[in-house]
Amino acid sequence: MSEQTREPTISQMPPGPATQLAQVRTRRLRSPNWITVGQVMVTLALCAFLIVPMLMSVMAGLTVNYFRGISSGLTLRWVSNVLETYGDSVLTSLYVAAATLALVLLTGVPAGYALARSRTRLSRLIEEMLVLPIALPGLATALGLLAIYGGFSAFRNSLWFIVVGHFVFTLPFMVRSVAAICASIDLRTLEEGAASLGARFSQRFFTIVLPNAWPGILAGALTVVTLSLGEFNLTWMLHTPDTKTLPVGLADAYASMRIEIGSAYTIVFFAITIPLLIGMQLLGIDPGGNLDPQRLQRKHAKRRARESANAGANAAASIDAANNASASALPDNPL
Amino acid sequence: MKLDSIPVTLRQCGKSFRGQRVLQPLDLNIGAGETLVLLGPSGCGKTTTLRMIAGLEKPDAGGTVLFGDEDVTARPIEQRQVGTVFQSYALFPNLNVRGNIAYGLRIKKTDPATMRQRVGELLELMELEAHADKPINELSGGQRQRVALARALAPQPRVLLLDEPLTALDARLRDTLRTEMNTLLRGLGITTVYVTHDQAEAMALGDRIVVMSAGRIEQIGTPRDIYYRPSNRTVAQFIGTLNRLCGEVRDGMLNTLGGAVPLNAPLPTGAATTYFRPEDATLVAPHVAQLHGVIEAAQFLGERTRLRITGAAPDTLVIDVAGHLELSRGTAVGLALRPDALLAFEIAGL
Amino acid sequence: MHDLTFPVRWRIALLAPALALFTGFWLLPIGRLIQLSGGGDALATYRAVLTNRRYLESLGATVALSVAVTLATLVLSVIVGLFLTRHSFPAKRVLLALLTFPLAFPGVVVGFMVIMLAGRQGLIGALTMALTGNKWVFAYSMTGLFAGYLYFSIPRVIITVMAAAGKLDASLEEAARSLGASPWQIMRDVVLPALAPALTAAAAVCFATSMGAFGTAFTLATDIDVLPMTIYTEFTLNANMVTAAVLSLLLGAVTWAVLALARNLTGQAAAAAA
Repeated sequence: MSEQTREPTISQMPPGPATQLAQVRTRRLRSPNWITVGQVMVTLALCAFLIVPMLMSVMAGLTVNYFRGISSGLTLRWVSNVLETYGDSVLTSLYVAAATLALVLLTGVPAGYALARSRTRLSRLIEEMLVLPIALPGLATALGLLAIYGGFSAFRNSLWFIVVGHFVFTLPFMVRSVAAICASIDLRTLEEGAASLGARFSQRFFTIVLPNAWPGILAGALTVVTLSLGEFNLTWMLHTPDTKTLPVGLADAYASMRIEIGSAYTIVFFAITIPLLIGMQLLGIDPGGNLDPQRLQRKHAKRRARESANAGANAAASIDAANNASASALPDNPL
Repeated sequence: MKLDSIPVTLRQCGKSFRGQRVLQPLDLNIGAGETLVLLGPSGCGKTTTLRMIAGLEKPDAGGTVLFGDEDVTARPIEQRQVGTVFQSYALFPNLNVRGNIAYGLRIKKTDPATMRQRVGELLELMELEAHADKPINELSGGQRQRVALARALAPQPRVLLLDEPLTALDARLRDTLRTEMNTLLRGLGITTVYVTHDQAEAMALGDRIVVMSAGRIEQIGTPRDIYYRPSNRTVAQFIGTLNRLCGEVRDGMLNTLGGAVPLNAPLPTGAATTYFRPEDATLVAPHVAQLHGVIEAAQFLGERTRLRITGAAPDTLVIDVAGHLELSRGTAVGLALRPDALLAFEIAGL
Repeated sequence: MHDLTFPVRWRIALLAPALALFTGFWLLPIGRLIQLSGGGDALATYRAVLTNRRYLESLGATVALSVAVTLATLVLSVIVGLFLTRHSFPAKRVLLALLTFPLAFPGVVVGFMVIMLAGRQGLIGALTMALTGNKWVFAYSMTGLFAGYLYFSIPRVIITVMAAAGKLDASLEEAARSLGASPWQIMRDVVLPALAPALTAAAAVCFATSMGAFGTAFTLATDIDVLPMTIYTEFTLNANMVTAAVLSLLLGAVTWAVLALARNLTGQAAAAAA
């Protein structure tokens, strides 16, 4: 594996906020020492461990006969077989994810905003409480739901039973994501500004709060959908033969079908989730559902630097860049 | 652009926060069209007072806020028609410059033609035409400040409130903008309340200054009043530099370490502490000097040299002289004070 | 501070929907579960469960597995995470993307990956067959389960390590080097202590996830007996709601306790660090 490394030099480290961004210095590869060799080998082994099975399963789903390997030819018949047999599980998963997302958006976005704006002990307690469904195993949630609602057969046998399970499990991710972005942009001062211009609460919420919280909402939404599509623990306990989601179908296929079908089914799963994951990575959303705040700052700093270079105002711009970068760190109004 | 202005009155407005009193009940009468500056160190209550006028804080029971003859105490900020410029500007990141300035008009459902005209006026007034369609994050600090002002003025408020609007900018920019701000406020003629901790800003911009400290008003007066006739030591020490002169009062003179200074106002005989400003003392020839001392340090600051003189009084005295004078450490010097330079607040024994 | 722009009635209105749904679909169910677990005589039921050998063994096996997985994950993730943070090479972003995909996999897919690697027709089986003549199949044993748990734990911890490593102040390491410290000493005295909070939080999440993992064991199950599987069998095969309730609440309590402990140790929400 060829390595391109950069030797750090002081001249490459501009002062100011840029220093914070360039914390990580890449090291020059000195003459191969055993530590680096060891690291490389462990890294390679680990990457192989994680990635090879994925590739294998994709391959297996596309070959005519797994035992004979790729020499037996490539085919799409397993995939189409899966779509015929298990097509409705895919649709079910998508419905459930969409319904979960809708519920989470309607309830989680206002809640995230409210929790970020009221930094009281009660609001912290509520946040803690909302996180519990993640901290406790999904089995407990499922058992509880069955215990209470098992008797309401219309509800219990419908898709909504599953949606509800997914809802409590994904809600904290949206709430956290929205709360994080609301906290990071000093919403209170913006709202006071809007109020001073005559905007009522509802006007402020739709013209100022939501547009500025949008990145957090998007991050939360992508996370919720990805989690819902991949949820198994809860769903397995709650499902009926009519309400099978994709992961539930996968479990069936792995247990009872030939390996090509299981692999083809896995390909379908990858096809649905991997684009979502790529989208999240491109937007800088980490798997916890949080936006990387440094990335946003970096984008702004870069754009300002470009602007000032164009305008030709150098000293003022760098000071302003520092001012703007620390704008969010300005002291609150005293009292 | 000329705006209607109304007088603002605060009666017995105090504020407690979590059991602690942060602002003693105070009375304030602000004339229509006046620029009133609230000046003081952090935590003195100036911002709280401003927020009470704005409607972002409610005064404790018994306090009233009047705009003209209207009692607005119970009215929230949305209904008070005050233009507010926050310390951090609070510009809306999701709107560009034009959008920010027009926001208040949009809320009031102003018709598009009037909106466009008003926004255009303000863009011109604030010299922001070139940046009208830019997003907020592409603006420099000074530009943002002007957008914040324009936005506050667009809906034609009755009162303008500014919370340390220049604090976030670097010193050079602050100087320039201070002058611009002064011209602007005079031109607008709107009742303005301006909060700052910078005394130069206060004196340059205020028709009257309210010096505050630890939750109470220390003094209200014109800039010259405050500077030349501070009512107590807190005010005097906050504005400008102050030299302390301790000595014995005898026969109409204050006798101290390095000489004697004639008193312009009678003080009881005995120990006394007085103060004077550096610019009220001049270097004179020793034989006509009132005080004699020795230069301990001389700091060249460009347009002036700041001298620290020992021996003339118990405390070290700070005197400014013209920059081109080169004086070295150890030189014996003589000082003469302007006739009514001495300020007395503390009289020992009383 | 009395926030006049966010009055109480709006706070309630904005929180109410979420809290209402949460109460109806989580608080009440868990409450009912707790009630059920009490059965007739709460104390007797709990004691019976806690002294049952099979359940204790299951709990023990789960804890041991989770601890082992956590430790192995930490070691591997630190090595690989640090390496990836500090070196750049072509297609690094693609590699990182691939490494983090498993985070979205349900346990069943992870189990399937393990079968791909170590099952009867697995890659490792084929390799060992070619090299030694003996096919090594371990997917359906504890080793396979261990591998599966590693599979879903490593991506999460690597991301945490890389995020924390990216925030390390390089000047501390340079200072240590200027004082003559060897790479191992730097790791021990500078890097690891600085990473400790993030690692503690990540370890807690890793442990909690392993304790509650169900899908992987389900797919690989033959006679592996981790607690989630025991709970599942009690409920579905034995219709023993009470025992299932007790065990799952126990599992939940242990998991929550570990997360709370980690949070106290690091001063931040361990779950939030996931």
